[in-house]
Amino acid sequence: MDESTQILDNVTLAAYIVASVLFIIGLLWLRSPETARAGNRLSALGMLIAIVFTVIDRDIVSYEWIIVGFIVGALLGAIAARQVQLTAMPQMVAIFNGFGGAASAVVAAAQILSQNDTRDVDTVVSVTVALSVLIGSLTLTGSLIAFGKLQGIVATQPVLIPLRHVVNVVLAIAGIAMAGLLIYDANLEWALVAMAVVALIIGVLIVIPIGGADMPVVIALLNSYSGLAAAATGFVIDNPMLIIAGSLVGASGLILTRIMTRAMNRSLGNVMFGGFGVADSTGGTAPGATDTDRPVRSVNAAEAAILLGYADSVIFVPGYGLAVAQAQHQVRDLADMLKERGTQVRYAIHPVAGRMPGHMNVLLAEADVPYDELKDLDEINDDFRRADVAVVVGANDVTNPAARTDRSSPIYGMPILNVDQARSAIVLKRSMASGFAGVENELFHMENTMMLFGDARASVEDLLTEMKEL
Amino acid sequence: MSIEELLISLAVFVLAIFVGYLTITRVPPTLHTPLMSGSNAISGIVIVGAIIVAGTVGGLLGAILGVVAVTLATINVVGGYLVTDRMLRMFHRSDDERR
Repeated sequence: MDESTQILDNVTLAAYIVASVLFIIGLLWLRSPETARAGNRLSALGMLIAIVFTVIDRDIVSYEWIIVGFIVGALLGAIAARQVQLTAMPQMVAIFNGFGGAASAVVAAAQILSQNDTRDVDTVVSVTVALSVLIGSLTLTGSLIAFGKLQGIVATQPVLIPLRHVVNVVLAIAGIAMAGLLIYDANLEWALVAMAVVALIIGVLIVIPIGGADMPVVIALLNSYSGLAAAATGFVIDNPMLIIAGSLVGASGLILTRIMTRAMNRSLGNVMFGGFGVADSTGGTAPGATDTDRPVRSVNAAEAAILLGYADSVIFVPGYGLAVAQAQHQVRDLADMLKERGTQVRYAIHPVAGRMPGHMNVLLAEADVPYDELKDLDEINDDFRRADVAVVVGANDVTNPAARTDRSSPIYGMPILNVDQARSAIVLKRSMASGFAGVENELFHMENTMMLFGDARASVEDLLTEMKEL
Repeated sequence: MSIEELLISLAVFVLAIFVGYLTITRVPPTLHTPLMSGSNAISGIVIVGAIIVAGTVGGLLGAILGVVAVTLATINVVGGYLVTDRMLRMFHRSDDERR
């Protein structure tokens, strides 16, 4: 590299290689829960090395604002990480993504705003500034809306703005036009600001029409964007550390996004622009009416407890309702009681159960459920037919057999858990309301299905009481 | 940035995407949430860029942009690693000692 263009010392660049290796080993160790914690610490060590060697680089001349930022940021980050409830983890991850994206956009923008004479700004820099500011800004507002939805501040139902596709296209064109102006002449600082504003609005508009159950896709995608924004910023300031780490995160988010959309048998485009889960809920009372017309078998806790008490094999099927009711500890207690009676207990986890990838696993881990009892869809699906009882706690669409057979169903083709193949199924549910997809669940009307109505936590507590009487 | 430098950076970018892809495909679904929050902490690497802005740009603009960027990135790094550690601490096998 030419001496005049090199921004950082060779020592700093060497430290970045060490940090990159630590990040990669850290991610490799995430392959097993046994090494995952050490892996995360290794990754944190890599981050510390990258930070320390950047701070002591001879090009850094003033420290006061760095120190202020460190102190404020570390305090806020540490408090948030300690205080957050594990049920609130999806919104926590969402907001952190947003901050990362925003930081990338600010760093990239500073590169142009700080130049008094921008005749020197070359095309690579202005193109990547445009990319970083666009992605970073929409990651910020998209994450804030996702946070709002998960926290219940913003309506969780899809909000559909009239002509939204037209509005989106117009905004996208405006954003690209501003980016073009900036690339043409980096002195046009107003174009940079206008581009950022457009991207901020796009971030709001692309997340607001997306419903709660599609959140795992959105969060994974925003995760990817926060990495890609960092990588783009790496091109802006010619810093390999940002490019490497940003790309790792970008790839990770994209993989998770693909796993999530596959588990719903939908394309990314359908999730982002399909307005899924709206048509039926606005369609009047018709679906509700058919619900009440068809018989379901409602049982009380005592009857359900007898069934469980004599089962040899029980599979729990948790869904978002478990998180809402915070019933994970009660479910664990029930599982312990069953195990004491000699019953085999396992948990079947659908990839999109909950509001982010792996949501159920974290909640059950909090309740001290061993991770080897948690089984993925592929691992457990053949075992349902040998199970005596499947207990569905707050899951709906992921158990609907219509996904296998009914070609007209919106969820047709989605991989589901074979709850209907268990000898009996007990479904814990508040009411007969349909799931996110607005589709009636065939499972509830099947002969071997029993409905135990009520709050999931209260219902499991009742089951515990009744089990003790057996 | 010269063409050579751009190509080197692009090579780094493309290879890192592949490494990320190959590494992360093997992460089991049980760890998807810690993977997201842990990789999110890694995306806080932009703190390095934020330090450079805060430490080199100078003037009022540099101070404002620098302090905002360092603060946001530090929240991301510190919060991300701590919350991931908190989650991973809870994962245990059935034959482990109860803590």
